[in-house]
Amino acid sequence: MATGTAAPGRAQIRERHLRTDRWWLAPAVTVTILTGFIIYSTWRAFANADYFAEPYVSPFYSPCLAENCDSMPMSANAPLFGDWWRLSPALIILIFPLGFRLTCYYYRKAYYRGFWASPSACAVPEPRGKYSGETKFPLIMQNFHRYFLYFAVVVAGILTWDVIIAFRDEHGAWGHMGLGTVVLLANVLLIWAYTLSCHSCRHIVGGRLKHFSKHPMRYRYWQLVSRLNTRHMQLAWASLFSVALADLYVYFVASGVFDDPRFF
Amino acid sequence: MSYKANFRVWRGDVDSGELRDYTVEVNEGEVVLDIIHRLQATQAPDLAVRWNCKAGKCGSCSAEINGRPRLLCMTRMSTFSQEETITVTPMRTFPVIRDLVTDVSFNYAKARKVPSFTPPEGLKAGEYRMQQVDVERSQEFRKCIECYLCQNTCHVIRDFEDNKEAFSGPRYLMRIAELDMHPLDVADRQKAAQDEHGLGYCNITKCCTEVCPEHIKITDNALIPMKERVADRKYDPIVWLGDKIRRRK
Repeated sequence: MATGTAAPGRAQIRERHLRTDRWWLAPAVTVTILTGFIIYSTWRAFANADYFAEPYVSPFYSPCLAENCDSMPMSANAPLFGDWWRLSPALIILIFPLGFRLTCYYYRKAYYRGFWASPSACAVPEPRGKYSGETKFPLIMQNFHRYFLYFAVVVAGILTWDVIIAFRDEHGAWGHMGLGTVVLLANVLLIWAYTLSCHSCRHIVGGRLKHFSKHPMRYRYWQLVSRLNTRHMQLAWASLFSVALADLYVYFVASGVFDDPRFF
Repeated sequence: MSYKANFRVWRGDVDSGELRDYTVEVNEGEVVLDIIHRLQATQAPDLAVRWNCKAGKCGSCSAEINGRPRLLCMTRMSTFSQEETITVTPMRTFPVIRDLVTDVSFNYAKARKVPSFTPPEGLKAGEYRMQQVDVERSQEFRKCIECYLCQNTCHVIRDFEDNKEAFSGPRYLMRIAELDMHPLDVADRQKAAQDEHGLGYCNITKCCTEVCPEHIKITDNALIPMKERVADRKYDPIVWLGDKIRRRK
């Protein structure tokens, strides 16, 4: 029996959809950019090389949770995984930002539309016959987004420390600044803005309350996060680009493609 | 300045139908509903269309224009080029009655399943006291004109007829959010949202927000906050424990 817009009782229209605008453009751009990022980050995560150029640490490799990392003075290393971990240390830490973005309410919209065509665009039919949304495993796990938020806050704190130690020169002396410092600083600001604008963060700081009047401070935080939250999509993309660019910058400096221009 | 526009309008009923071509005069400042009325007056006197206020406030003239769910009375002809053929069809999620008129009683049935505002026991009408700051968040949802464009565009029921039983749609999940955020409502809305109204089916792809003529941020301000509240109750043992200990609300 026909289903969807062809279900019995509905207006019998041959065309699956009648949209005449370029509805396919947004999902196509999403797929292109996300695929590009996945390819780039997979290469960099498995590379296990050129992620440290004193005083800069790539955000893909910070913090280092294994013992097989390069020596990175002052960076936030904690070899919790000991010496049995032989693969790239980036693979351990990247699980957390990856999980945060994978369960993010904005990215869910982006990849459901882009990769799963569920739906590709409004009023454009899905290519499948059954749909259970986020009611069953594995998609019911999207409800754990808040836990990834907690880890993301810790990771953002560590990346902030990486920016602080980037105010040194290549010999470790404080009070210096180079182009890499600016790149890492811009990245961490965007990471914080993206993290704090998260819908789960909005809920935790005050959205869950029924009586704002009884919690004036939390109401202020909620208002602040709500304002940021309206830019969550833009911040999601901006921080995705910035984290890749920050890593690429460290890679170029570490691999000797160019020297880091120093301001002072 | 007038010009002749090419229209394709779906004509038919529950048994059969087709897209029929018309050429209609368009004048400056007109909306699609004006053109449909001119069609009725000049070429198709039996064309069925539901309308009332012509001001985007009654929610009657919902349809699909060039495949996009919209109000006929709020879609300006100036948004289309003069050469463009404009296709008008009924909403494709609900059973058709005739031409552009659909049977939206699915929505009334879902509305009846949402228990009404439930004040604390012993609090009588006239004794309600609440602060503006506590009610203003849900006041956004009161702008809803019940045009059902969000219900129509939601792929959960548009593309899967079987889901109509389990899923109430964005309009009524927003109603549940409105009540759950109300400072004086004491009913348990969160479990019902997930278990009886199918909140888990929503994959937050935001089509409801995209088509809302009142520009209500349905997904960001109602559906996602409800999903988070449900996560508090069903998927977050830490919050559950915190609530048990501190009894916070």
